Order: sequence, then C-alpha cells, then structure tokens
Amino acid sequence: MCGIVGLYLKDRKLQASLGALFAPMLIEMTDRGPDSAGFAIYRDPVGDDQTKFSLASDDPGMEWTALCEGLEKALKCAARIEVQSDHAVLITGGEALAAQAWLGANCPDVRVVGSGRSIEIFKQTGLPKDVVEQFKLTSAQGSHAIGHTRMATESAVTTAGSHPFATGLDLCLVHNGSLSNHNDLRRELERGGIIFQTENDTEVAAGYMTAKLRQGLSLHEALEAGLVELDGFYTFCIGTADGFAVVRDPIACKHAVLAETEEWVAMATEYRAIAHLPGADTANIWEPEPHKIYTWGSVH
Amino acid sequence: MAELDLKQLGVRGVNSALHGLVDGANEQDWLITNPMGQHAIACGLDAPLNVTIKGHVGFYCGGMNQHAAITIQGHAGVGVAENMMSGRVRVTGSASDSAGATAHGGLLVIEGDASSRCGISMKGIDIVVGGSVGHMSGFMAQSGHLVVCGDASDALGDSIYEAILFVRGDVSSLGADCIEKEMRPEHLAKLTELLAAAGMEGEPAEFRRYGSARELYNFDIDNADAY
Repeated sequence: MCGIVGLYLKDRKLQASLGALFAPMLIEMTDRGPDSAGFAIYRDPVGDDQTKFSLASDDPGMEWTALCEGLEKALKCAARIEVQSDHAVLITGGEALAAQAWLGANCPDVRVVGSGRSIEIFKQTGLPKDVVEQFKLTSAQGSHAIGHTRMATESAVTTAGSHPFATGLDLCLVHNGSLSNHNDLRRELERGGIIFQTENDTEVAAGYMTAKLRQGLSLHEALEAGLVELDGFYTFCIGTADGFAVVRDPIACKHAVLAETEEWVAMATEYRAIAHLPGADTANIWEPEPHKIYTWGSVH
Repeated sequence: MAELDLKQLGVRGVNSALHGLVDGANEQDWLITNPMGQHAIACGLDAPLNVTIKGHVGFYCGGMNQHAAITIQGHAGVGVAENMMSGRVRVTGSASDSAGATAHGGLLVIEGDASSRCGISMKGIDIVVGGSVGHMSGFMAQSGHLVVCGDASDALGDSIYEAILFVRGDVSSLGADCIEKEMRPEHLAKLTELLAAAGMEGEPAEFRRYGSARELYNFDIDNADAY
C-alpha cells in the first residue's frame, strides 16, 4: 500500500495556489497511507551561492536560532532560518558540503531531510490531514510538489522512515511498493560511503540514486540502472529542481496514473487524488507503462 | 432518468439506492454524477437496470454485476467489472489493470485501451477491447472470450486454460503454454457475434486466435529432475 502524488504546474499563474491544489491530493490518499505523510515543495529558489537545508528534530526544545547563529559563526557566512513546527528551513551561504558537515558534527540529533536551491521537505507520522495542517501546506506557493502517504510494511512508523527521501541537491523520491533486495543493496552502498538513517527500503532506493548521481550518471541513466538493480515492486515519483519523473517496475503491480492539461501535469497512485484538480474531467489521462521513464521539466 | 449525485450521497448511498431496486421497478434508467474516481461504484447490482456513470471511476466499478447494463462515460480504474456474473459493462475511455478479473459471465466492452492483466483468471466473461491490452493479459484465463482490436503486450495468455483469445494487431510475446491456433468457421462466427454485440467495427478475418497448448495440464515425468 502507500499513496504517492505529484503536481507540476505548467501555468505559472497557478503557482500561488500550489498548496491549495496539492493538499487535497495528499489527503485523498489517506486510505492508502494513514501512518505518516510527507511532501517536498519546490519554491523560492535561493541564489547560486546559497543552499537551502530542510531540517527536522525530535527535540521539542530545539534551539533553531542558536543552530543558525552557530553555523554563521563557524563558517563565517550569512544564514537565516525559518521554523515550521518540528522542521526548519535553513538558508546559508558558503559551501553546501561544509554546512552539511558542520550540521553533522555539531547537531547530530538534527536530521537533514533535504537540500538544494528550491526544495523544502516536510514529513511526519500521523494522518495526512494533520501533516498538511502542521506544515501549512494549503497556503503554500510554489512550482511543483510531490508527496507520499505511508502504510508501513518494511520498517517502523517513524518520522525518519517517512517519505520523501532526499537523493541529492533538489532531488527527492517517494515510493509505493516494497523492495526485496534492500538489505544487500544497503550493505553495498554503505561500503561506497552512502550513510543511511533508517532500516527503510525506500531510503535504500534514494541512497542508490544518490550513489549513481555521484558517479556522474544523469537522473535518466540512474533510473535506468535502477530498473535493473532494484528488485521488488515499485512506482517511484522523483522530484527534480524543475519537474518530476515517474517510473514503474517491469511487472507494474503498483498502481499509477498520469494526467495532463495545458495548465498542469499530475501523477497519483489513484485517479481520485487527481479528480480534485481543475480540468481533471477533460485532462489527457493515461496509465504509465511499466519499465518506462516519464519526465517533466528538465531533468539534470 | 433518475439521477444520483455521488458527491452528495457517497458511494454507499448510491449503491444502496441501486441495490434496493428489483426487476420491474418503475425507474430502470439511472445516471450517477460526480463519480470523482471513487471506488466500487455500482457494485453488486442485481436487477436489469441501465446505469450511466458520467465521469471517471476508480477501482472495481461494476464488480459482481448481475443483469444490469452499466456505461462508464470516462476511464475506469483497476478491476472494472471484476467478478461480473451477467449483464454488460461498457467503458467509453480506457481501463486500468485487471479489467474483468475472475468474471463468470456478461459482456465487458472497453472502447479505449486496457492495461495489464486484462481478463486475468476470467471464468466465462466475454471482453471486447477496442484498443490494445497490456502485459499478462488473459493470465490463467479459464473460459470466455477476450477480443483485442489493437495489440497485445508481453506474455499474452500466460498459463491459460480454456479461454479463447482473438487479437487483430501485434502480440509482443505469448506467455507460457499459450499458442496461436487455427481460426475455424465457428470461431469466426463467434468473433463476428462478439464484435456486433460490442458495437465494434472490424473484419473478423483480420484477427488471429490464441489458446492453450494444454502442456501444463498434466505433470510431465520427463521434468521430474527439475524438482
């Protein structure tokens, strides 16, 4: 089980209402995933010399401002932080890798759930409607978003085990299905330097993509390699800096539907999530074929 | 025509209203509006009603149908007309996977394409697809007919029993124990009847017939070493 959804706005005029359009899609998938929910939203890109980090902490007394000031001082750069419930979005100048290393060394309990120039990731256990409310999704603006509602099968219901999983700068992945060779792959990827935070199978798929991208493969090539090496059932939706990609395993047991109008492109596990969008009735609707990679926007 | 607004009544409300009707009820023609892709719409009908659904439906629409004629004016999700016993279901758009799964009787017409596993484990239903079907269609199909006016994707008729498959276009590959068979006059006659019943254009002579080689019915002692 699990539900995944993606919405990419072709008509810029709709960007002001991205959250209002996207939140009902996520909530409609509650039956498929009542354990946890999460989403990645692409908005307000920062400058070339800056990086945006999505951070999460289980500590209710987390001193986010202190974290921000500490980082500014240590890296001698300007930074600002915006807190959203138990998550925070940190925008910092300086080297992205240096900032990530500083966070790892100085705030080991803070999880970096995403990073890039425009991506922001929020995820939490609980019903999708509560997660939507907690992170004020309905009022969010932006260009595109992908989301996930989880019914846990392969690992525990935790915030860290919620989707989306980051796979690189401005990249993240949501998954409907289960992987059967994730333990083997995890060991192999760990030997190659990929660090995992959970026992979750989807995190392995994300780590796999990260490793392939680091090797210099394009996203398309990495997905093609995944079709060979990832064993199991899956429909993946991958958010990119300016679009998203969809891929299903060769057996295609896990449902997926795509719909496109002049104004938007949407992906969902079930059509009822898309039915809320304006013009869905007359959209071009089709089922993505197995073993085929679909992309919108430019895929780096 | 009586109207049922699914947005107001919900799936349960719509289905209850239709379940309450018996053969000979005054109102025979029903229109369901605002389906919004919800699941299990018009399931378990048991009277000769004419039901039209205006818009796209979710999973299992028209499942377990007996006697009713259901028209979906849009696309259908997974398992449309699954386990149908009799009656008709028509989809004017395309259908997702497992259309007509395990169905015992009746006629399912899909004007567009059907995706993977169309007619999986069918047990007597007749299915006519105007477009193409996805992989593993006719998987373990036991009886009935599957007519595909377009192409069939990989592993058509895998592990098929006694269902009869007719395909006009290309077949990517045949599944285990599925073979092409001779099109005899009785098959052409049946195909002509099915195309007419479905209201589909098509020259029966352009189709090819596929069915079971019956090699999997019995254990072959020569394969004992494989176990």
